[in-house]
Amino acid sequence: MLTDADRPAPTPGHPFAPVPYRVRAVATETPDTTTIVIEPWGTRRIGRTQPGQFVMLYAFGIGESPIGVAGGHPDGQLVHTVRNAGKVTGALGRLTPGDTVGVRGPYGHGWPIGEAKGRDILIVAGGLGLPPLRPLVYELFARRESYGRVEIIYGARTPKDLVYYDEIQTWRRRNDLRLQVTVDAAGREWYGDVGVVTTRIPDARFETGRTTAFLCGPEIMMRMTAQALVARGLAPEAIWVSMERNMKCAVGFCGHCQFGPSFVCRDGPVLRYDRVQHLLSLREV
Amino acid sequence: MSQETDPKVVDAVRAHPFFHGFDPAFVHEVCQHAREVRFEPDELLAKEGAPADVFYLILEGKVALEAGAADNPHLTVQTVGRDEVLGWSWLVAPHRWRFDARATKPVRAAALSAEVLRRTLASHPTWGYQFLIRFMPVLAERLENTRIQLLDLHAH
Ligand SMILES: Cc1cc2nc3c(=O)[nH]c(=O)nc-3n(C[C@H](O)[C@H](O)[C@H](O)COP(=O)(O)OP(=O)(O)OC[C@H]3O[C@@H](n4cnc5c(N)ncnc54)[C@H](O)[C@@H]3O)c2cc1C
Ligand code: FES
Repeated sequence: MLTDADRPAPTPGHPFAPVPYRVRAVATETPDTTTIVIEPWGTRRIGRTQPGQFVMLYAFGIGESPIGVAGGHPDGQLVHTVRNAGKVTGALGRLTPGDTVGVRGPYGHGWPIGEAKGRDILIVAGGLGLPPLRPLVYELFARRESYGRVEIIYGARTPKDLVYYDEIQTWRRRNDLRLQVTVDAAGREWYGDVGVVTTRIPDARFETGRTTAFLCGPEIMMRMTAQALVARGLAPEAIWVSMERNMKCAVGFCGHCQFGPSFVCRDGPVLRYDRVQHLLSLREV
Repeated sequence: MSQETDPKVVDAVRAHPFFHGFDPAFVHEVCQHAREVRFEPDELLAKEGAPADVFYLILEGKVALEAGAADNPHLTVQTVGRDEVLGWSWLVAPHRWRFDARATKPVRAAALSAEVLRRTLASHPTWGYQFLIRFMPVLAERLENTRIQLLDLHAH
């Protein structure tokens, strides 16, 4: 597990001071979801991001939201995929190239990739759970020889809700990756699997003793998926989930993101399933 | 071996995960009149409302279960594939299919006679019970998946 010492330094200066970034490119993923590529505007930039971390994106004059990092580049570019869920995310989704946003972070503990070296990897993403897993996927591709089998299961509500559709087709062509894409419901134009993500678990190829699973998506999806994996013999300690809670400070001060004894912003968002399992089963925590 | 039993189909049924561990005599019995069937993409394995006279064990390929909705007459709500089973309508009166089942990839399946199955299960209660115990998780899983869909697994 990453320790505090491994954590990259967050935004220099005041912990709440956003660093200005400029929108470089915008792509529509689905009717309500947009991917934005942003780059530092000026000399300041946030610290290097790790797969699974998040930043606070500030839509000037409107407000701030925690948004997962869907991609990072050494030159400082950041990729985020945002679903319009309200005020802030709506404003982020309306950004156009040249607009500015504020960024602070990166925050939290990401996917424990180092710990999973030498093991088989199973990634299960539901809906907008794929973007925070995307950097992990590329990290695995970059160090492919360090890992055993890699399988990705990705589920969305309907085919038109799948994000990164073209990119996923390039993943599909790799022979060092097994990919299962499923949707909850579809018309006849869809020739792929139909059924919630948990229906693909029996078909996943993994050896229970040597597999680490990374799950990201709505809480109910992670709960059901983790239960299905445990039923197939995977140890709860080998499963990691990425939690979402409403946030304000993102640095462990305000308590807004409290999840049982943990603060999601500081101790998560990626948490080991055996440590949160009892909380995930509760309807309201 | 009775003449109505095709040994190739018996082998395929025995090898299918659904029938793992069953008494070979039971498998042999339910394989009377069973056939291996093939469907090309878009061909129907089952039509909503038609008599449900077979129980399919999918050996290869993929089948879409379609529920007709007013705004989308061909809404696929689930796909089933290799090593899975298709159909429970044959077990429950009035023994009519409750949905369309359409091949989306070339399908090879073992089609077991519903009449033979019902008769065998009724006349051999121990086998019947074992069969139902094996069948219940399939139904429970479908029910659970429907529940998950209703909870809208992917909604944030
Ligand atoms: C660590 C983390 C990473 C995230 N990554 C992404 C991402 O990559 N892409 C993305 O689109 N969204 C992501 N989210 C969710 C996003 O932060 C919320 O959708 C956003 O804050 C809603 O704010 P709003 O002003 O747009 O909506 P509001 O107008 O504030 O609220 C709209 C609705 O969303 C609910 N809501 C508010 N905040 C959250 C939250 N954090 N989680 C769940 N529901 C919330 C509200 O209760 C309300 O029902 C992430 C959240 C966290 C905690
Ligand atoms: S958001 Fe303030 S403590 Fe986590």
